[in-house]
Amino acid sequence: MEKFVRKEGLVAPLDRANVDTDAIIPKQFLKSIKRTGFGPNLFDEWRYRDHGEPGQDCAKRPLNPDFVLNQERYRGATVLLARENFGCGSSREHAPWALLQYGFQAVIAPGFADIFYNNSLKNGLLLIKLDATIVDRLFREAQPAPGYRLAVDLEAQTVTTPGGESFTFDIDPFRKHCILNGLDDIGLTLEHADKIRAFETVHRERQPWLFD
Amino acid sequence: MTAQTLYDKLWDSHVVHVEQDGTALIYIDRHLVHEVTSPQAYEGLRLAGRKPWRVDSIVATADHNTPTRNWDKGIDGITDPISRVQVETLDANIKAFGAKVYFPFLDRRQGIVHVIGPEQGATLPGMTVVCGDSHTSTHGAFGCLAFGIGTSEVEHVLATQCMVMKKSKTMQIVVDGELGTGVTGKDIVLAVIGRIGSGGGTGYAIEFAGSAIRGLSMEGRMTVCNMAIEAGARTGLVAVDDTTIGYLGDRPFSPHRAMWDRAVAYWRTLTSDDGACFDRVVTFRAEEIKPQVTWGTNPQMVTTVDGRVPDPAQEKDPVQREWMERALKYMDLKPNTPITEIRLDKIFIGACTNSRIDDLRLAAQVVKDRRVASNIKLAMVVPGSGLVKAQAEQEGLDRIFTAAGFEWREPGCSMCLGMNEDQLSPGERCASTSNRNFEGRQGPGGRTHLVSPAMAAAAAIAGHFVDVRTFG
Ligand code: SF4
Repeated sequence: MEKFVRKEGLVAPLDRANVDTDAIIPKQFLKSIKRTGFGPNLFDEWRYRDHGEPGQDCAKRPLNPDFVLNQERYRGATVLLARENFGCGSSREHAPWALLQYGFQAVIAPGFADIFYNNSLKNGLLLIKLDATIVDRLFREAQPAPGYRLAVDLEAQTVTTPGGESFTFDIDPFRKHCILNGLDDIGLTLEHADKIRAFETVHRERQPWLFD
Repeated sequence: MTAQTLYDKLWDSHVVHVEQDGTALIYIDRHLVHEVTSPQAYEGLRLAGRKPWRVDSIVATADHNTPTRNWDKGIDGITDPISRVQVETLDANIKAFGAKVYFPFLDRRQGIVHVIGPEQGATLPGMTVVCGDSHTSTHGAFGCLAFGIGTSEVEHVLATQCMVMKKSKTMQIVVDGELGTGVTGKDIVLAVIGRIGSGGGTGYAIEFAGSAIRGLSMEGRMTVCNMAIEAGARTGLVAVDDTTIGYLGDRPFSPHRAMWDRAVAYWRTLTSDDGACFDRVVTFRAEEIKPQVTWGTNPQMVTTVDGRVPDPAQEKDPVQREWMERALKYMDLKPNTPITEIRLDKIFIGACTNSRIDDLRLAAQVVKDRRVASNIKLAMVVPGSGLVKAQAEQEGLDRIFTAAGFEWREPGCSMCLGMNEDQLSPGERCASTSNRNFEGRQGPGGRTHLVSPAMAAAAAIAGHFVDVRTFG
């Protein structure tokens, strides 16, 4: 996982509530046994006019010009602005993989689904929860302003607008530490291997049938 | 001692370690593995030179990609080469890393992971259960702490037998009273999602309680917990009672004789104490719950069978209005259309929500001695597992379905998400017993209406939605 430092990037507004992970990356792309290559199929059904299948050359596919990410002004966007309950539905980690591999480094929304939230942070995709009224304001600022950028500072836990206005966001200190330092969760947990073994011994005495 | 919720008890009995900020290591007893979300996790283990911590916690099967026809062709029956690689990769990974038990494609006990866990007694009260699949909440029907995880977490559990997590808030959903005839667990949970919203349970573990929940069979309770995630809750729970214990009696992996009484004595403690505090309580009257039908592209977009498609013009919130308009456009529905006037093209009875023996019995009752309407292009029943299929055949349910014009298929996820060839074509409209009606879920451009098995069966016969309560 890459370390997350202070990042400043072009904002793409996706003005839809309840965007589910089936929409973020449709099921046919889940057949891959790899962790990479999902970027071109991010939002596949919204982004292209034809039906996508794994292994296609996406550069040759007809784009849906109405879809926000296909507009020239949002090319190279790294911050996705979204609405309530983003990432609901299936637990597929292919959703944060696709967002990251497309180029997004952070998503800002009033709320995220739980599993998607964990999956994203584990991969270094920063999810920033801001008040619905603030998100609404960011939408209204970003839409009429081509080149609109936001600065995300994870250390300080702030999002700063081009006008210099700053909003703070919450993040769990453990997750923050992991993302800032690009740490591997598994390695950290295994530092507690003795505790896990000790727990197992007690657990086995209490519920021996679980170990049959 | 202060009164505890069931969630508190399950949590407390699995804490390995807690950090100062409340982040905990939670021990995992059962890890269910399937072919779609595991390959990258095993690859991760391999790259790091790690081994599974506890092989005998793993129960594996292939279900998402497997075909529901042509099993006589063996592995060649999987026509899509990419799907086939995924199924074969699971085979290879289980061979290399091991499992307590593996039900591969073509095994007579193979099936949807959330059907076979309970069916085998591999899901037990008091456990923690995880799977790289959001509908793992299903298993909470047994009074265990069960939740869906992503692929990195699958790898984490494989390597450490633990999850890093923080305690959720708790919500109690109380459904008291008696359900009307023809009204099922599916209708309860759709009504709940309709009320609290698809994000209403985010951050919560939901315990379903009340006399109507206690009155459900284990199958019905699994249906309810299955869809807790559609309300945003990673975990759904039902307290242990006689119904739970009765179900577990003769399962292959239930505790054997010498342990049984001790296990049951422990399981009986797995209820919320009187006076336990929940962060939020929502109550329903069972008598007021009618058969439900979704009209939109999210499970929260639901109404009653005697209702109408809502009118976005009545919605004040602009974001909500826009969302409704998009959904109606995608679903090709006009505001104020009576639900019973919606005509269908396909019927799907299956998925981990509603593919157990009870579900098939309810549907068979409705279709017995009737014929599928001529406008229905395909009506199919996909049992949740090989054992459900065998049981149904023993009871003659397959013949009731096929005589009515249904197709009777091999087990698997099938048209719940259409990773195999069972899909809707663009524009087709389906009454489905699955759990998600998202855009494209059952096939690109497909339109899904979520209903109970009895409602799907009645719609197959009528060709459009009908109220199963009066469908004589
Ligand atoms: S039946 Fe559907 S919801 Fe259930 S595990 Fe399979 S794909 Fe997921």
